[in-house]
Amino acid sequence: MEIVKFMLMIVGMVLVTFIPRFLPLALLGKKELPEKVVLWLSFIPAAVLAALLAPSILLKNGSLYLSLENTSLIAFFPTLLAAYKTKNIFYTVSGGLIFYLLISFLF
Amino acid sequence: MQHREESINKDNNLTAKLNDSSLKSGVKDALPIILGYLPIGIAYGMLAVNKGLTPLQTTAMSAFVFAGSAQLVSIEMIAAGAAVAAIVFMTFLVNLRHLLLSASLSLHLRNLPLYYYPFLGFLITDESFAVAMSKIESQKNKQRYFLGLGFTAYLGWVFSSAIGAFLTEFIDLGSGGALDFVLPAMFVVLLVMQISSRSEIIAAIFSAFASLFLALTINGSWNIILATVLAAFLGVYIDGNS
Repeated sequence: MEIVKFMLMIVGMVLVTFIPRFLPLALLGKKELPEKVVLWLSFIPAAVLAALLAPSILLKNGSLYLSLENTSLIAFFPTLLAAYKTKNIFYTVSGGLIFYLLISFLF
Repeated sequence: MQHREESINKDNNLTAKLNDSSLKSGVKDALPIILGYLPIGIAYGMLAVNKGLTPLQTTAMSAFVFAGSAQLVSIEMIAAGAAVAAIVFMTFLVNLRHLLLSASLSLHLRNLPLYYYPFLGFLITDESFAVAMSKIESQKNKQRYFLGLGFTAYLGWVFSSAIGAFLTEFIDLGSGGALDFVLPAMFVVLLVMQISSRSEIIAAIFSAFASLFLALTINGSWNIILATVLAAFLGVYIDGNS
């Protein structure tokens, strides 16, 4: 990646990452956000993660990839179970990698 | 008089010790977080170098941005040739959840000197938040506890990405294969950890389908942004009607 483009990207990413982390902590000692805004914001994490997840396991080169050969799609199900049971990033990610490897051997 | 001074000194010493123990327990509580960061950081480092960043750029991104899922997403987008504006906007959306973490954490970190907040804020992650919420209440010096916790985890993240990035120079695992599943697996567990109500499940399912549908019909990475914003409105609507 070109250096100028990279620097621009990093500066932008730092700003948009730092501000939401810093502002509520520094300001909310004094006042609260409007209730509707808090409610809307509370749906963002689940919504954005689902929006990222679905294409990452269901699309390949821009089209639907519904097949037993889609290892990511098959590995998704045991990984979901592991996530639900453990609620732990480390166990789920390492479990997911093991499921992925096993499935790519089996199918 | 002398006696009184002595007792004040004693008190100060005692406070200093308690402060130290808060910092130390923060550092100690970060060790399981580092264990979790190690495979993800290494995978991030390897992917980033495979998709065209230099090892130094890869490590710099971890040191400045310090947000695992957003960094992995940005790597995918760089590889797909996305515009800088789209990458930054996506980072914003993926990290918007920190707004909520920061707001909850502010209940425990009130009325501190202002210079504390940039540091405390920078160190908020899903992991440091989860650990802090279960342990910070019992700490004498909450800000030092969180600094110890967050900064140790931060070092763990930067080092594990550096290991992955610089290792790729020597051992080329190539892209594709199991490494490509790190990111989906992380989305799965973060999603499961986020969901706590029926309306959130509905919003998430809607968001998944909307994102897929939009990915198949429009160009660029806007499917994720559009699906997210629409799903959040749907969530508010469902909540208002139930």
